[in-house]
Amino acid sequence: MSKRIDVKKTYKLFIGGAFPRTESGRTYEVKNSRGVFIANPCLASRKDLKDAVVAARAAQSGWAHATAYNRGQILYRIAEMLEGRRDQFAAEICELTGVTPRKAQEEVEASIDLLVWYAGWTDKISALDGATNPVAGPYYNFTIPEALGVVGFIAPKKSALLGFVAGIAPIIASGNTVIALASENAPLSAMSLAEVIATSDLPAGVVNILTGKSSELAPWFASHMDIDGLDISGLDAKLVTEIKKGGAQNLKRIHSFKEVASPGRILAFMESKTVWHPIGV
Amino acid sequence: MKYYGLVDGSDASLKSFLNKLPGVDAVGADARAAMLATRSIKTTSKRWAIDTAITMVDLTTLEGADTEGKVQALCAKAVRPDPTDLSVPSVGAVCVYNDMVSVARKHLDSIGGAHIPVAAVSTAFPSGRASMKVKIQDTQDAIDAGAGEIDMVIDRGAFLSGNYIEVFNEIVAIKEICGDKAHLKVIFETGELVTYDNVRKASYLAMLAGADFIKTSTGKIAPAATPPVVLVMLEAVRDFYEMAGVRIGVKPAGGIRNTKDAIKQLVLVNETAGPEWLTPSLFRIGASALLNDLLMQRMKMDDGYYASPQYVTID
Repeated sequence: MSKRIDVKKTYKLFIGGAFPRTESGRTYEVKNSRGVFIANPCLASRKDLKDAVVAARAAQSGWAHATAYNRGQILYRIAEMLEGRRDQFAAEICELTGVTPRKAQEEVEASIDLLVWYAGWTDKISALDGATNPVAGPYYNFTIPEALGVVGFIAPKKSALLGFVAGIAPIIASGNTVIALASENAPLSAMSLAEVIATSDLPAGVVNILTGKSSELAPWFASHMDIDGLDISGLDAKLVTEIKKGGAQNLKRIHSFKEVASPGRILAFMESKTVWHPIGV
Repeated sequence: MKYYGLVDGSDASLKSFLNKLPGVDAVGADARAAMLATRSIKTTSKRWAIDTAITMVDLTTLEGADTEGKVQALCAKAVRPDPTDLSVPSVGAVCVYNDMVSVARKHLDSIGGAHIPVAAVSTAFPSGRASMKVKIQDTQDAIDAGAGEIDMVIDRGAFLSGNYIEVFNEIVAIKEICGDKAHLKVIFETGELVTYDNVRKASYLAMLAGADFIKTSTGKIAPAATPPVVLVMLEAVRDFYEMAGVRIGVKPAGGIRNTKDAIKQLVLVNETAGPEWLTPSLFRIGASALLNDLLMQRMKMDDGYYASPQYVTID
């Protein structure tokens, strides 16, 4: 019997719950730490970004109006699905980054735990940041944090899975939808995570994932009028000024984070709504 | 000459004319429409296409929940689609239900939109299931209220059971009411006609009976204005011009939601019927959501960055 030929995975994009190839037809080579060719992921274009924004915008209202409890359940479900594929993710990280199997395993476990951690925050964040405000009149006055809308995320170059989860989980926890640009050098964990997300009851379009060059796409993230916030944790320092200028047009909230687990990452992409309610009516 | 001298108005002559039409090569039509859809229209051509498409939009609201306020807002948008940019042209027409015609006409006249006709959907739209008496009254009402265009539906039941003469006579009767006061657009509801052969037959039937425009769909049934269906109708108007020397218009409606779809339609028109049809008097697009996307694409071309629906009106 002849030797079996391996079936290699085609890494595609994740937009609106589907796995399309880039409209541009472009790909780029990803090599591991020893310079060995690993895969040809899509080199996404600005039009893929545009399509992803349309999908994210369409999904946003429904996701924000799901109960916080339900959003928490779904984030927890992503953790459950990832738990079942720990070995696959660990092997992928090993192969790509050259870390020891133990380290890779730890990164996957930390990512799962982080999803559970953010799942817990969905129905607690308004208690943390909301308030009843004292006002000089016969009114109750509440401040409630609400989801911002559509948020972009430029994933960190290193820590391919943990850094990626640390970006998307807090963004979607509050009811935002996200367009994430995976790490340019190590995009495979993010694309495999898309398979996990696709089977986790997360509504289509809540998480959209692109692979490509942040130097090419980040300016389009910044200038797009329908992206309300942008997490630039993974952006090259020399691009930051340009991106902040681009985002000024629509007063985009642009943040960068060091901490992986922080309620501040959730609150950064929420805005406060204040409600006045007359007493005695 | 009555019926362009091609039929004499009898059942026999109509049947014989329609049955002599060659069948549509369905695979060929699909392939040709798909091939034309791959044309890439960029920069100045795209700019021209967007502005042309805006002038061809029949801005439509056909909801049970329509109110006078909504129709008036639609009229304002029809006259000046982007209030922040005066270089954006007005749309082709405003398309409303019968009882909203007078509201639309009055409002358009009062805000400098006298040049925009009001199109009324008529003859028991969208199903067409009513007596001839009702359909005639329906049409008369719309014209009395100031409609400049009548979008009538055909009786698909009669058409599908082969009762062509009944459909023909209905169109002739409605055309008579329209006279020279209103343009007549005939809606086939191609999603219910099922085959391209039926679309071709219905196209000729309507043109012979006096339609000024043939229109794909009501927008209430999917599939609606798919590119191959529009291709078949464009071929029909092109060939009818050869036969009768008259240019009949085409109006795809339903399912054309973004700029890309609209530009695909314009390419189809140019390559099938010819550039003579690239004018609002011979080609219209029935749509509601499309206009916002055209405006957003226009903003993108002017500003260099992607626009947001938050900066255009909701309806």
